[in-house]
Amino acid sequence: MTLNPALPLPAGVRTAAARTARRRAALQWVAVHSLAIAAALFFLLPFVFVLLTSVMSDRQALTSELWPTSWHWENYAQVWRTPGFLTWWRNSLLYAGLGTLLTVVSSLPVAYALAKFRFRGRRLALMAVVSMMMLPPQVTVIPMYLFWAKQLHLTGSLWPLLVPMAFGDAFSIFLLRQFLLTVPNEYLEAARIDGCGDVRTLLRVVLPMARPAIAAVALFQFFYCWNDYFGPQIYASENPGAWTLSYGLESFKGAHHTDWNLTMAATLLVMAPVIILFFFAQKAFIEGVTLTGVKG
Amino acid sequence: MALLDTPRPAALRRKRRREAVRTLAFLSPWLIGFGLFFAYPLVSTAYFSFMKYDGFTAPTFNGLKNWTYLFEHYPFFWQGLRNTLWLVAVMVTLRVAFGLGVGVLITKVKTGAGFFRTAFYLPYLAPPVAATMAFAFLLNPGTGPVNHLLGELGLPQPGWFTDPDWSKPALTLLAMWGIGDLMVIFMAALLDVPKEQYEAAELDGAGPWQRFRFVTLPNITPIVLFAVVTGVIQTMQYYTQAIVAGKVASGVIGGSGQQFEPGYPHGSTWTLPQMVYNLGFQRFDTGTACAAALVLFAISMAFTALLLRRGSGLVED
Repeated sequence: MTLNPALPLPAGVRTAAARTARRRAALQWVAVHSLAIAAALFFLLPFVFVLLTSVMSDRQALTSELWPTSWHWENYAQVWRTPGFLTWWRNSLLYAGLGTLLTVVSSLPVAYALAKFRFRGRRLALMAVVSMMMLPPQVTVIPMYLFWAKQLHLTGSLWPLLVPMAFGDAFSIFLLRQFLLTVPNEYLEAARIDGCGDVRTLLRVVLPMARPAIAAVALFQFFYCWNDYFGPQIYASENPGAWTLSYGLESFKGAHHTDWNLTMAATLLVMAPVIILFFFAQKAFIEGVTLTGVKG
Repeated sequence: MALLDTPRPAALRRKRRREAVRTLAFLSPWLIGFGLFFAYPLVSTAYFSFMKYDGFTAPTFNGLKNWTYLFEHYPFFWQGLRNTLWLVAVMVTLRVAFGLGVGVLITKVKTGAGFFRTAFYLPYLAPPVAATMAFAFLLNPGTGPVNHLLGELGLPQPGWFTDPDWSKPALTLLAMWGIGDLMVIFMAALLDVPKEQYEAAELDGAGPWQRFRFVTLPNITPIVLFAVVTGVIQTMQYYTQAIVAGKVASGVIGGSGQQFEPGYPHGSTWTLPQMVYNLGFQRFDTGTACAAALVLFAISMAFTALLLRRGSGLVED
């Protein structure tokens, strides 16, 4: 039983023991919230410093001053006008948007089969999914690169990144399956008795129920594509017209060698979409993270 | 009804076949993906690890030479392995411990819980390249705010990403900044611990530490193990942050073409995944790159096997 110091105790319980308990609870409140504020500073101050530097004048950005003497919001416009920046932005949206769509469409039926169909080798298939999920991308990258470069001549574009997503993503399959396990079989039975085929059951019964999990998977995949650096570095680096923001940002730093203000403005512009997306879909996101881990 | 529900053998066989076709149809995207993007490249990687191939002339059989070169003569293999294992040991431990600490803290916060939760979670969302860029600025020894503040406080000002002794700790700090995922997982697990157990412990006179040690920890052990094993596997792949930090700190960055000293400074951020990239895509030594990739594969799969053990809960129904 915890005592909330803000609430008055009912008369008659104000014994010495209750007073000590109350004082302890108050002390704990102070300790916990002091720690929380310290932690919040650790997590938020980097954003604040980055923002403050991003609006400094070129000259001030070369000093170690923390607070801008004048506010140069036009730095953002300048970043936006940098040659290539818009192309990278468009490529990132394309990669993340289309990649997410393809992943969800191709992963859902697989996850459904793994969660609800009984067949020989199901456990094995599941182990294969988890192994694929845990595979470092560098392990298979050399033959994959040779395949895309020498057989299909498609490097320097986003195709080598997008096409694999039409064939199911292990992490998305795993996460969707974990969720679909919780869908009661009675619903599927009922749909079958009503004459629904498997595809119709999936689309009409399972899909609406799985909406939170699908939202979480879509968000994760969007973030994955948006953040991906290794993929574009391997497959798109030879053609700046195919770069994404995550990859282009680095070369932006190269071109604006000492301009920390512009680099930090560009950095915030790359962070902004995912953070905005998070505020819109916070609940789905947190549910998704929980789903990955809590099955002990 | 009973008669209709017991199909004759022929009908049963037909039903079986129909079910098998249905299962295959639903699994087909992934079955193709598994073959094309997992099984084939894996076999191919193994094949190339025994070949001499520069990506241009036809591959020729090279026996075990790539392997002996990698382990005995390639000057950077052991350094890369050591760095990767350092990161696995230190980064994973600190991330899990810190994530658990923040998870416990957030379950105790009564006022402004929503604000604190979002604040703690936000850095996890920062794209790795952007987050690394931000930390390269924050920690830059010349004008960075962190060293500025350390200086004001009269504390030593490390060289962070430019000092071989401090570059891995700086990467660790960056990794600890983004523990939002762990915080949420631990938070959910902590809220699942039965209240009665705490009450019983309190009646037995257990203090806060003892309650944590004997009630909380045993209840969340599976989640902690899950976090450790997935953390190890993620850290084996550690690539983007190390390479971007090295490039920014060394001042040599740009698009394709420009080379930088891998693992800057002094190879201290040089990891196994970078080795595969460097050997395969910059030195065009496909054979040795594939051998290094298989080393990475072997270690990752050893840890994946831990996750797949029966009873781990991950692949149960």
